[in-house]
Amino acid sequence: MKWSRFLSRNWLTFYAVVYMLVLYLPVVLLPLFAFNASTIIAFPMTGFTFEWFGVLFETKALHSAVRNSLIIAVVTSVISTLLGTLGARAMVRFHFPLKRGIVGLIMVPLILPEIIVGVSLLVLLMQIGISLSIWTVIAGHVLICVPFSVAILSSAFQGLDPSLEEASMDLGETRFGTFRRVIIPLILPGIISSLLITFTISLDEFIIAFFLTGTDITLPVYIWGQMRFPTKLPSVMALGTILLVLSVFLLMLGEVFRRRSASRQGQDASATGGLM
Amino acid sequence: MTQNAIIEIEGVSKAFGTVTALNGVDATIREGEFFSLLGPSGCGKTTLLRLIAGFDEPTNGTVVIAGQSMAGIPANKRPTNMVFQSYAIFPHLSVAENVGYGLKRKKMSRQEINRAVTDALAMVDLVGYGNRAAHELSGGQRQRVALARALVMKPKVVLLDEPLSALDKKLREQMQVELRQLQQQIGITFILVTHDQEEALIMSDRIAVLFEGEIAQLDTPEVLYRRPVSQRVASFIGVMNFLPATVVAKAKGALAVDIPSLGKVNLAAEQVPDDVDPASITTIGVRPEMLTLLFDDAEKAERETTGEVTATSYCGDMTYYSVLLPKAHEPVTISMRNTAGRSIVQAGTKVRVGWGAESVVLFD
Repeated sequence: MKWSRFLSRNWLTFYAVVYMLVLYLPVVLLPLFAFNASTIIAFPMTGFTFEWFGVLFETKALHSAVRNSLIIAVVTSVISTLLGTLGARAMVRFHFPLKRGIVGLIMVPLILPEIIVGVSLLVLLMQIGISLSIWTVIAGHVLICVPFSVAILSSAFQGLDPSLEEASMDLGETRFGTFRRVIIPLILPGIISSLLITFTISLDEFIIAFFLTGTDITLPVYIWGQMRFPTKLPSVMALGTILLVLSVFLLMLGEVFRRRSASRQGQDASATGGLM
Repeated sequence: MTQNAIIEIEGVSKAFGTVTALNGVDATIREGEFFSLLGPSGCGKTTLLRLIAGFDEPTNGTVVIAGQSMAGIPANKRPTNMVFQSYAIFPHLSVAENVGYGLKRKKMSRQEINRAVTDALAMVDLVGYGNRAAHELSGGQRQRVALARALVMKPKVVLLDEPLSALDKKLREQMQVELRQLQQQIGITFILVTHDQEEALIMSDRIAVLFEGEIAQLDTPEVLYRRPVSQRVASFIGVMNFLPATVVAKAKGALAVDIPSLGKVNLAAEQVPDDVDPASITTIGVRPEMLTLLFDDAEKAERETTGEVTATSYCGDMTYYSVLLPKAHEPVTISMRNTAGRSIVQAGTKVRVGWGAESVVLFD
C-alpha cells in the first residue's frame, strides 16, 4: 500500500532512476570486474587486483593494435575536422543550388547503419582492387565522422557575426588574412571540440574497422578477437575501463571547448545545440 | 568646408535578383562634409553605403572616390572605413588590438602603431581602455571603439551605418553632438546612414532623402525642412499640414493662390519648386510652428483666419493643438511654445489663427 502510493506520487523519479540503471549499470560492471582477482566474470568477487592492467603492458599484439588505432584516430580527426570546417562554412554562409540535398547527403552517414557502410565500402574497395590497410579504415571513419564535425562546427559558424568578416576586409585585410586573424581564432574552440570528438568516435569504432582492417587490426577489433579466450576476459575488462575513462574525458573536454566557443561569441552555450 | 568632390555616384543601380534596391542614383559628396543618407527602412540607403564601402558591386553605374573609379576594387583596397551597425568589435581581441587591427597590414613599427592607437583612443575619449576586453565595454564604448578603429586608418571617408540606433535616447543625443564635433575637428568626410530624420537634421551638412531606391531630394537640412520638393519628403521630415489649394493667376515672378482654409495669397516665384508646373498645384503645406494661435486681440499676425480647437496635447515645453480650419475636413496641427503667462486653450474654443505667406510650400 505504501509502495504503490510512493509510486503514484513519484513515478517520474522512479522512471528516471530505472532508466539510468538500465543504461549505465552494464558500463559500471566493466571497471568493477577489471579489478576483480578471479578470472571468472561472476559475483561474488574474490579480491582486488591490478594484475589485469599489468597483463596489458606485456601483450605485444595489443600494443600494435593501440598504435594502429591511435594513428587512425588522429588522421581521421584531422581529415574530418578539415572537411567539416569547409562543409560547415559553406552550409552556414553560402547559398548554392541543391544546398539542402548536399547537406543532407553529408549528414546521412549519421543515421546509416554502420554495417551497411562497412559492407558496401568493402565491396567497393575489393572491386577497384585496393587492399585493406589502416588507410581503408581511415576512409571509412572519415565518412562517419564528418557529419559530427559539420554539426559541431556549424554551431561555431552560426555564432559568427558576418559583419566581423566585413569589418576585417574593410580595415584592409585580405580574405585569407581575415580567415586567419578573425575566423579561425573565433571558431578555434569548435575546431578543438571537433578534433576531440571525432578522435573518440574513431578510436571506439568497431564495425567499419572490422570490415575494412587488413593485417593491422585496431584496438576494438583486437578486443573482439580476445573474447574467444575466457582467460583473457579480465584483461579485456581492464582495457575497456581505460578506454571508457579516456573516451568520457575526451568527450567532456570537447564539450567544454564548444561551450567556450559559444560564450566567446556572447551566446548561451546550452542554447546552441552541440552534443551534450 | 571645401567644395571639391570626394565621392561621385554616377547612375548607380543595384538589383538583388528581381528586387531593385537602387535605381539610377546620382550624387556628389564633397570633401570634409557630414553627409547623411536618410530614408525609411528598405529605401536602399544601406545598400548605397555598402556599394561605397565595396562590400557589394553596383549592377550599373560607377562610384568614384577621390577621382578614382572603384569598379572592381574590393573593400580592403578602398580609402573608406566603416562603423558597423553592430559595431563588429572583434570579440577575441582587446580594445587596443581592435583599434590597431588595420594598422598591422601597413608598414608601421610597433611604436608607431601604439602611438596611433593611443591617439585614436584619446580622440574618442577612451584613454586607458586599451587593455579592456571587448565584452567588458558598454554599448556606447563599443561604438567609440568602432569609430576609433575606423579613424586610426586615416580614411578619406568614414562610413557610418546607423551607428547610434542601438543606444538609448539620452546617450544617442549626446553622441550625435559629439560625433558632429569630432567630424568638424578632424575634417574627414563622414557619410551617415540613418532612418531618424531628427538625427540627420542635427548632424548633417547635407542630406539625401531616399525613397524606393531613388533620391527624392538632396540638400541642406534647412532647405529640406523649409522647401521640401514633395509631400512625401515633407511628411518624412518633421510634421507638415497639407491643405487643398488652387492657382488662380500667374503673374511675372509670382503666383496668386487660393487656399480655401486660409485665404488668397500671392507667393513669390522662388516658393514654387523648380520642376513643378504651376498649373498642377493642388496642395499647399505649412509647418505646425508656422501657424500661431492668437490669444488676445492685441496679438497680430501677417494674415489671419479662424478655427476651432478640437484637441490639445501638452508636452511640457510645447503644446500641440489640433485646429479645424474653415472648409477643411481634417484638423491641422499647430505647435505653440509654452512661454510665461500663456495659458492652454481647451478643446472646443474658437481661436484666431495667424500665418504668413512665406511659410507656405506648394505641392503638385
